[in-house]
Amino acid sequence: MDTLREIRRSALLAAWFMVLTFPIMVIRVNTITNTIEWRWERLILISVGSFVGSLVWNYFQRRKRAQGGPRPQTADLPADLPADLPAELPATDIGSAPLTPPVEQRTWVDRGLARVGMSRATFRKPAVAVPLIVAALGVAIAYPLVTSLYQTNIMVSALIYVMLALGLNIVIGLGGMLHLGYAAFYAVGAYTYALLNHYFDVGFWVALPIGAAVSMLFGILLAIPVLRLRGDYLAIVTLGFAEIVRIVLTNWSSLTLGPSGIRSINRPTFFGLSLSLSQSINLTYFIALGLVIITIFVVYRLENSRIGRQLVAMGEDDIAARAMGVDTVRAKLTAFALGAVWAGLAGVLFASRTTFINPESFRVWESVLILSMVVLGGMGSIPGVILGALLLILLPEYLRPLSQYRLLVFGALLVIMMVFKPAGLIPKRRRLYRLQPEEIPVPDAGGDS
Amino acid sequence: MILDARGVSMDFGGLRAVDRVDITINEGEIVALIGPNGAGKTTFFNCVTGMYVPTEGTVTIQPPSGSVQDITGLKPNRIAERGLARTFQNIRLFPNMTVLENVMIGRDCRLRSGVFGAIFRDPRTRAEEEQVIHDSYTILRKIGIDRYVNDLAKNLPYGAQRRLEIARALATEPFLLLLDEPAAGMNPQETRSLDELILRLRSEEGLTVFLIEHDMSLVMRLSERIYVMDYGKLIAHGAPQEIKNDPVVIKAYLGEDVSA
Ligand SMILES: Nc1ncnc2c1ncn2[C@@H]1O[C@H](COP(=O)(O)OP(=O)(O)OP(=O)(O)O)[C@@H](O)[C@H]1O
Ligand SMILES: [Mg+2]
Repeated sequence: MDTLREIRRSALLAAWFMVLTFPIMVIRVNTITNTIEWRWERLILISVGSFVGSLVWNYFQRRKRAQGGPRPQTADLPADLPADLPAELPATDIGSAPLTPPVEQRTWVDRGLARVGMSRATFRKPAVAVPLIVAALGVAIAYPLVTSLYQTNIMVSALIYVMLALGLNIVIGLGGMLHLGYAAFYAVGAYTYALLNHYFDVGFWVALPIGAAVSMLFGILLAIPVLRLRGDYLAIVTLGFAEIVRIVLTNWSSLTLGPSGIRSINRPTFFGLSLSLSQSINLTYFIALGLVIITIFVVYRLENSRIGRQLVAMGEDDIAARAMGVDTVRAKLTAFALGAVWAGLAGVLFASRTTFINPESFRVWESVLILSMVVLGGMGSIPGVILGALLLILLPEYLRPLSQYRLLVFGALLVIMMVFKPAGLIPKRRRLYRLQPEEIPVPDAGGDS
Repeated sequence: MILDARGVSMDFGGLRAVDRVDITINEGEIVALIGPNGAGKTTFFNCVTGMYVPTEGTVTIQPPSGSVQDITGLKPNRIAERGLARTFQNIRLFPNMTVLENVMIGRDCRLRSGVFGAIFRDPRTRAEEEQVIHDSYTILRKIGIDRYVNDLAKNLPYGAQRRLEIARALATEPFLLLLDEPAAGMNPQETRSLDELILRLRSEEGLTVFLIEHDMSLVMRLSERIYVMDYGKLIAHGAPQEIKNDPVVIKAYLGEDVSA
């Protein structure tokens, strides 16, 4: 019955599309001969295309509904759980039983893993994790040696965006603050290095921490006026801030050389050795890789710490967090400052890689792109954000053969993703705490009511 | 006297939601604040806990082993640090955090570690984190919701969510607990076990409890003193029996003159 209705709906939709697109797709006025051309074959294409498209769409929607139906209570676990799990976790068994994620936290990742007899916990076992990490590192290190310079270059830019996305993730993914001006800090980092290099001949390695520090300073400067703002208001102010930074960079020509930008910025050096261009690009790749690894490490630690917890609580309910004694002012400042640090580092690296920067590199589009990476990947989820960044940078590169339709395909993919995976590719899951049996206090009088 | 609110008023534009209210609370008491809808009870709580800065009046506290402090106009987190913890009328948990994490947030103002501790995980930070987990779990057991430890707060049954709010408030180590309609939406059985919990908190934790409640039987069972508000003003104050028979209170609730 359902299928019949879907077919009817799709047919209606196809008819509607034919009407809608008729004037532009079918009729063409030939202005030279002053005749009208009727391109009927296009009408057929549209009707078939929209009909099939609608059917596919409906199919996926139905599947999604079937999966996302009302979740069972914690006590009755769904059928797709591995059989060896206890049906219910008795309170006192927390230490001994392997903790399964509570049902509602299971995402498609968990379901997929369960199907092949694994879970996220599998990857936390050293026997699995260590070889995996070593293999990933091996691939990452071998990458520039086995691929072309062109590929390495693309990867450097992808890695820079991974840093940026992870940094923004601190503000948006953890703190829940809609920050639309992130590119401003990226610009601050890049210009810090470019200017120091241009005027004082400061090298990359010295500029790296300076860029991070200056960017952090700007992060705090922005955070102070926006402390009271949330949601849309915060988004508007941060957006405005980013534009101010860009406009200042464009117009303060005596210092920044204005729209024509700063040229011949030095590439990273390696203990004073003189490097060929390809060596230099490989070096940049390894620096980017190193910084990304440090970023992942730090963000991971932050997330699983007091400050990470404060930020998440603040993002969930600012007022409740404050009432419970969380110093939200401090937490917000910290989030903005930390986020800015990564943007600063990425900026310095960016300037040294391209050797030329101008304010056009730091348009609002840049902030939006970084934001999309975080949202697409899964807010707050480190693997998700990394995947999001890699996809958004690499996909357009490899879609180049589609040249003129590249952005169209890209946009369509994004929309489809967000409809079917609104929590992102790899959704964030809250951390579960293992309580050791000896940690569990002996129930005293009235311990359990 | 561990809480002393004097002449507290709160204006919203032209509306005076709280009008020169004087309330005092002594150590170890259970005191109730009642009144019809919109009387200004929640607003008064908000003035005491720093959510609002009162337009007029002062709020001072004296912790059981401390000196008198003026807390008027302090930030909510500073007031929580000083030992006043509250729950919310419309439950305000952190819905997408686990139950344990919700309580851990309550512990937050007692923690010291900062960003560098988080990154380098020095022994002190690690010990602190372990302690927080342990303490939070202990509180969950005490409140009787430890079986939900790793569930997301939003998936808890309603009664358990109310209890989790109390657990989270307890985690801040308060000496005065302010409960805003803790029994709202609970069934009679849940309400009875809430009674028991509140009494136990007083006897075992030495807490003083100040609660807003519409459930009169709960108020009558638990509280030693009752304050009654109507249209922002205090209209009566006394022991439960006095309040029950006070014509002014009856009139406020029924909206008509009963003396006739
Ligand atoms: N932030 C605010 N801005 C404007 N008016 C407010 C605000 N908060 C409360 N009020 C008004 O103040 C009055 C008192 O509200 P309050 O919430 O304190 O009542 P209450 O006694 O807690 O009622 P209830 O029993 O329904 O919870 C109401 O008229 C309400 O509309
Ligand atoms: Mg109220």
